[in-house]
Amino acid sequence: MIAALQELFLTYQSALGFVGINGLLALSVYATLSCGQLSLANAGFMAIGAFASALLTQHTALPFAAVLAVAALLPALVAVPLGLPVLRLRGVFLAIATIGFGEVVRLSFVNWDYTNGALGLVGIPQRTTLPVVYLLLAAAAFLFWRLRGSRFGYALEAIREDEAVARTLGIDSTAYKLGMFVLGAGLAGLAGALDAHLTFMVAPSGFGFGRVVEMLVYAVVGGITSFIGPVVGAAFLTLLPEVLRALGELLGMEAGPLRLFLNGAILLAVILFLPHGLASLPRLLRRWRERRKGAALAA
Amino acid sequence: MLLELDGVGRSFGGVQAVQSATFGVAPGEVHGLIGPNGAGKTTLLNLVSGLVRPTSGAIRLRGRRLDGLSSHRIAALGVTRTFQNIRLFPELSALDNVIVGAHLTRRAPLWQRLVFAPAAGREERSARGRAHALLERVGLADRALERSANLSYGEQRRVEIARALAADPAVLLLDEPTAGMSHGEVESIAALIRDVAREGRSVLLVEHNLELVMGVCDRITVLDFGKVLADGAPGEVRADPAVIAAYLGADA
Repeated sequence: MIAALQELFLTYQSALGFVGINGLLALSVYATLSCGQLSLANAGFMAIGAFASALLTQHTALPFAAVLAVAALLPALVAVPLGLPVLRLRGVFLAIATIGFGEVVRLSFVNWDYTNGALGLVGIPQRTTLPVVYLLLAAAAFLFWRLRGSRFGYALEAIREDEAVARTLGIDSTAYKLGMFVLGAGLAGLAGALDAHLTFMVAPSGFGFGRVVEMLVYAVVGGITSFIGPVVGAAFLTLLPEVLRALGELLGMEAGPLRLFLNGAILLAVILFLPHGLASLPRLLRRWRERRKGAALAA
Repeated sequence: MLLELDGVGRSFGGVQAVQSATFGVAPGEVHGLIGPNGAGKTTLLNLVSGLVRPTSGAIRLRGRRLDGLSSHRIAALGVTRTFQNIRLFPELSALDNVIVGAHLTRRAPLWQRLVFAPAAGREERSARGRAHALLERVGLADRALERSANLSYGEQRRVEIARALAADPAVLLLDEPTAGMSHGEVESIAALIRDVAREGRSVLLVEHNLELVMGVCDRITVLDFGKVLADGAPGEVRADPAVIAAYLGADA
């Protein structure tokens, strides 16, 4: 009985862990989106952070905080020489180039014997705890919150709206774009390390193109008008399958295909009816209620 | 001369959009740039602001070469501009557009904002205040919080001028600031241009409304087919036979 309860808690603990980690990943994509750059290199940065942290934990006695710092700094360092050339590309060309980088990283790990090739590393001690995950998520959210409305934040918005014009106002757009690219890389690396130390394992297959699309979907479904959207989107899409499973069990249904269908239908509904994402829902509801009040007064 | 163009040329493929243009703009001078459509006026502003690089010649500000510098460096040296096809940041309010324009004048280290330093709050309030004052100056104080895409044509042009002024430029480049404006609005833009020059800023004005150009400019350069056709005070330029021929046809 106690063992069963413990297992239940562990299941939900990891689900909550993934909510936070996916929130960080969504923010890592949002970092570049906030200045109008569609960069899809983040699964690659995540892989670098995950493998680096796992190796450090397995081969050194470094405290977890130091391991996490390396996991954030290493991809951030890689992002500098990568960003300088690729950020000159625009729109879909930047997306393609950064997908290329992600695949190069993944295939490198597949072919690297030191990290067991395609099998990856297993038996990584579980060092990720919920307080650590949520502390880091809160720190990242705090940073984005304080950026908004600052001189730096205004520069990002200007670059997103019209980069050439932003430059004629003295905004060094290359520096700002590179800054956000590096920040996104660091966040992705951090999330990779947290993920590796929560799931006991790292394998290259976890960092493919599908992974970065997932991150992008979190951000878009949540809404990218502010940093809140990506976090909300990640939480929603991470918990939705869990909730549907619990619901199915409650109703005694054989959930399988129906669950996948519902998952897809809800996603589609959000994209169709909430173009500014889930985070815009409260505002829409408020406006709807005001309109109804107005109609009631008129009647 | 504050701003000097020395044999500046730009060709696009086989087309010489601007050919060895040479003229200067003095401090505090309103300098008109006129000519028929396709004469190379907008290309010239693009060359000065660094959006396009010259293929020959030199552009200098206070003796310092501008050509070859990227546009954000040129802005930092004191040249900002407006656009013929209005290019505001459409999702931002009029006020936020002007605040972005103040980028170069703001000293606001990010760490101060991260630690909630009082200095950061003061700096933001002052930037907001200055942006508000600029909107008031172009007559848009009551439209400050409107999304700029919702403003009328004339209002958008005025926000662009306020945004360019927010950078505290030595030279302001205006590309057809009164296109599509009513007569009354044109009057207020003329007054604004004179006022800007009185502050000691130079204005390089591309404009089709010749009445406005003759009224506000201290000096006028006439371009035709990418070449400087005439350069002088409004009265001289108006009387120049070559200018009359270019505007009215060779037989006139």
